[in-house]
Amino acid sequence: MTIYAAPGTPDSLITFKSRYEHWIGGEWVAPAKGMYFEDITPVTGRPFAEVARGTAEDIEAALDAAHKAAPAWGKTSTTERARVLNAIADVIDDNREMLAVAETWDNGKAIREPLNADLPLAADHFRYFASAIRSQDGDFQEMDGTMTAYQYHEPLGVVGQIIPWNFPILMAVWKLAPALAAGNAVVLKPAEQTPVSILVLMELIGDILPPGVVNVVNGFGVEAGKPLASSNRIRKIAFTGETTTGRLILQYASANIIPATLELGGKSPNVFFSDVADHHDSFYDKAQEGFTLFAFNQGEVCTCPSRALIEKPIYDSFLGDAIERTRKAVQGNPLDTDTQVGAQASNDQLEKILSYIDIGTQEGAKLLLGGERADLGGDLSDGYYVQPTIFEGHNRMRLFQEEIFGPVVAVTSFDGYDDAISIANDTLYGLGAGVWSRNGNVAYRAGRDIQAGRVWVNNYHAYPAGAAFGGYKSSGIGRENNKLALSHYQQTKNLLVSYSEEPLGFF
Amino acid sequence: MYESQVTIEGERHSRVALSDEALALVRRLWTIHGPLMFHQSGGCCDGSSPMCFPVGDFHTSAHDVLLGAWDIASDADVSMPVEFWMSREQFDYWSHTHLTVDVVRGRGSGFSVEAPEGLRFLIRSRLMDSAMPFV
Repeated sequence: MTIYAAPGTPDSLITFKSRYEHWIGGEWVAPAKGMYFEDITPVTGRPFAEVARGTAEDIEAALDAAHKAAPAWGKTSTTERARVLNAIADVIDDNREMLAVAETWDNGKAIREPLNADLPLAADHFRYFASAIRSQDGDFQEMDGTMTAYQYHEPLGVVGQIIPWNFPILMAVWKLAPALAAGNAVVLKPAEQTPVSILVLMELIGDILPPGVVNVVNGFGVEAGKPLASSNRIRKIAFTGETTTGRLILQYASANIIPATLELGGKSPNVFFSDVADHHDSFYDKAQEGFTLFAFNQGEVCTCPSRALIEKPIYDSFLGDAIERTRKAVQGNPLDTDTQVGAQASNDQLEKILSYIDIGTQEGAKLLLGGERADLGGDLSDGYYVQPTIFEGHNRMRLFQEEIFGPVVAVTSFDGYDDAISIANDTLYGLGAGVWSRNGNVAYRAGRDIQAGRVWVNNYHAYPAGAAFGGYKSSGIGRENNKLALSHYQQTKNLLVSYSEEPLGFF
Repeated sequence: MYESQVTIEGERHSRVALSDEALALVRRLWTIHGPLMFHQSGGCCDGSSPMCFPVGDFHTSAHDVLLGAWDIASDADVSMPVEFWMSREQFDYWSHTHLTVDVVRGRGSGFSVEAPEGLRFLIRSRLMDSAMPFV
């Protein structure tokens, strides 16, 4: 339908700068050590900008700016903070197409996704937290006629946030919105695979925020992420990524006695009960699409429905239909709005996915579709594309237990409700799950029995603001997307007030 | 290919190897960061891949398994021990697997020390039917 012009060509909605600095204290600031690294677009596999390679010195400068801004921002009224967040939301809406091109170029994802999901969700996220902070009440208790306790929600101060590369702008917003709403100043470290799109957003909203309230330092995890996470100048650290790094983050947090919230991924089961196929109607069509959603965002979603569990009576027919459905997925130029499957975010992601396809084959899983790197020809030839892939096997295979983070689904059958729940829960993780059934009672019970923080019932991959999101088990700690998230960025002040003039009688 | 020492009690065969490229990279990283170790990460984003940290950074616990260890020094007079760890809960699903630590071009993150080199450690696996081949 529409093919957006590639950045660097005439008619492109965005011309990237050749070099991006850090955003510190409301200004572009060069890295202290003067080093830069290349940002490569997964669309073509070629570099398109150089980005400041941050080190501990830059993190210190960002913390200085944040500490300078935090007191005033923390005392700004919730009305005014909400106004700022709403203004940011408007800017995102007004620049949606340009930001979508930037996001696709940095991450490789099919542009229909930032246009229709990532960016509208990002704008709405700011609006949600603008409302949430306005409507957040404190409380009070009258202890007796002379003493009352008042509970206030106060900001933590300065917080650190380390975000992943799979939804660069949206993942930044999921963390920024509650932190800013709650009155904190932030030092944010984007992923080194996707360091630029968030800076494109900062170029647009930099003026709306008081200087130093949001600071962005790019760089490698070991050089910039570690100084931030281990700093004793942050009152909280938030992280989305993998389990080993999550443990390190918790370690650093424990050394500084600060709270940490983590989202560490999953191996989410998508459970299809046999009644789904009672009719071949719109709902069956929706369930089929639900299966194919393993390819959404190229499978680079922590909640990728990467295990499909299909009830035995409908296994062959449902799977047969699903294979055909997946075969029709359109893989191509990520800047084309017709494209459904774009590029994986980096070469090492592509290699990892291919290594899991190899493990699957070695383990005796049956390859039903795909299984190979895709060469899309022309300019896209060196881009990081892999075919949507379907394997069939059993739940103890590594293919079923490890997060592949690509458009690969592992399919198995189950025999009755108890077997479904048992297989669904036989995983180290508990982030997402899907339950599909026309029977509301079955769907409800399964939703409550599956040990995951987000269970989609008769849908998948919806992330409306207000729906709490986070993990059970090794998928992490804490919740985002709901006013619950404010509690991760606030501390309670209790004012215990005496209205009596009488001494206690102790001394 | 450089096989590790056997570190699991009762076993007699190496579980993890370094490819030639990985060995060269670990030696180079040692000169920058000092003694190093690996922990295999699960989870999303840069997970399902080994992370390489300076010794002492990442605290292993009673719930981690030491899969193997190498002495990567090329000089016999020097000792450069490198350990490879994995969480026990993950090991339960991997115990029928021989791992090779390899290197690819990449931009992996987390706090693994090779990322600024434009490289990323990656696991290649050889599957057995069970954990018995290592005994």
